Amino acid sequence: MTTLLGQIVGSLIIIVALLMGMAYMTWFERRVISRLQVRIGPNRVGPGGLMQPIADALKLFFKEDVRLSMSDRWLYPLAPGISLVAALAVFAVIPVGPTITIGGRSIDLIVQDMPVAVLYLIGASSIGVYGVVLGGWSSGSKYSLLGSLRGSAQVVSYELALGLALVGVVLVSGTMSVAQIVDQQSHLIPYVILQPLGFLVYFTAAVAETNRAPFDLPEAEQELVAGYHTEYSGFRFAMYYIAEYVNLLTVSAIAATLFFGGWLGPFNLLNGPWWLLIKMAVFAFVFVWLRATLPRLRYDQLMRLCWGLLLPLGLLNLLVTALLVVFFSRGG
Amino acid sequence: MLDGLRNLALGFWTVLRHASQPPTTIPYPEVKRELPPAFRGRHRLYRHEDGLERCIGCELCAGACPSSAIYVLAADNDPAHPVSTGERYAEIYEINMIRCIFCGYCEEACPVDAIRLGPEYELADFERRDFVYTKEMLLDPEKYAPKRQYHADVDQKDPELRREIPEDEDLGEVYRRHVPLGVPPEDRPRA
Repeated sequence: MTTLLGQIVGSLIIIVALLMGMAYMTWFERRVISRLQVRIGPNRVGPGGLMQPIADALKLFFKEDVRLSMSDRWLYPLAPGISLVAALAVFAVIPVGPTITIGGRSIDLIVQDMPVAVLYLIGASSIGVYGVVLGGWSSGSKYSLLGSLRGSAQVVSYELALGLALVGVVLVSGTMSVAQIVDQQSHLIPYVILQPLGFLVYFTAAVAETNRAPFDLPEAEQELVAGYHTEYSGFRFAMYYIAEYVNLLTVSAIAATLFFGGWLGPFNLLNGPWWLLIKMAVFAFVFVWLRATLPRLRYDQLMRLCWGLLLPLGLLNLLVTALLVVFFSRGG
Repeated sequence: MLDGLRNLALGFWTVLRHASQPPTTIPYPEVKRELPPAFRGRHRLYRHEDGLERCIGCELCAGACPSSAIYVLAADNDPAHPVSTGERYAEIYEINMIRCIFCGYCEEACPVDAIRLGPEYELADFERRDFVYTKEMLLDPEKYAPKRQYHADVDQKDPELRREIPEDEDLGEVYRRHVPLGVPPEDRPRA
């Protein structure tokens, strides 16, 4: 009973933190990309534009929820929810800090660790593609359909590379529990040093997985209006938007946790949740930097990058890692 | 392959370097760009140094105007109390600022340099009829021009400075003649 209550409270804290983080991620992205493009960016609402996310949220909340006569009756309103729930669910297995003790009770700063947490990460994040596919298909619009077709092909392809990159980490650590992977990095070095290739493959695939530039083909506005969420408005559109940014935060958190030691400081200095936040912020900046720099890939380039480069690199990484792990475990 | 990676890194560095430049955009209503000297904004009518109007009511500006935004009604000068230096003067001089495209042909056409395009460009207003500028408004830009500016977020509306126009006031010939194209010809008022 107490664990269930703890999980509910933990989930609520994580969800609220993610939604707030996502809101300020939009502000951060707009301000940073403005500076990279020699502009000023939103600075009207509140000091430095800090109230802009709240103004945007209010605006979207009060907009009309347009339902097309061509759209599917049940799937059309449901699809954004699938995306959002899947995006929020992934964070459950990511530890945000060490076990702390409050009033004689020890509390793990993680919603629910499980022995197959890495598998859960991949599985939960791939459920999000159902929101994209169903939303695009059920809208009854050609732009949405094309966007969702691209989205499904892209996410399914890049999931392989993403999974392969994570398998390397699992092999090195010998566990699938994210909390234990972090623990192992506390008396070892961060896994990015052992798995540099795996990290590169993971990060590239993660950008594609979140449908962000330069892999934003599912919502390529120059060709597809807004891709799979063309026909959505108001709060349903906001749910897709939230899901995209929560996914961004989540893949940043996964990269920080699995490859950079999560809440561990360098050489275990000042361990705590702030390190996870700092690492996530660095990754968020890299995401924005990517968007400001790279033009969108063509569809064939996208597929060639995945199947022709990332997947072989991932397999090579897996092979070398497996051999080294066997070699060192025999020797040691 | 290596060349591609080098180019990629170069691209990332170029983008990052741009963040150190000052923004090229400006926070507009608070900061305003310096205008080029020949900027074509709100029209001004000029007077001679002795106070007489330069405009002689020749209507060349109205003829040159590609969008028919100018209406001039000339009248003979009273020799005892002349309004302008010429034989005639403009009794009515109106510019419909909604129609005006700020091409500057009027100032090119003017033989006495009476009309010129000035630097004011913030001409937003609330009523369509307020956009028909009369001779008084054009002759005295300091009184009328800078104070008739409205912004969405920096509202400079001052009720004392607004020219109140009663509902039944004659809006002027220029405005009456400019009927939207959607109105069928038989319903248009005779020019």
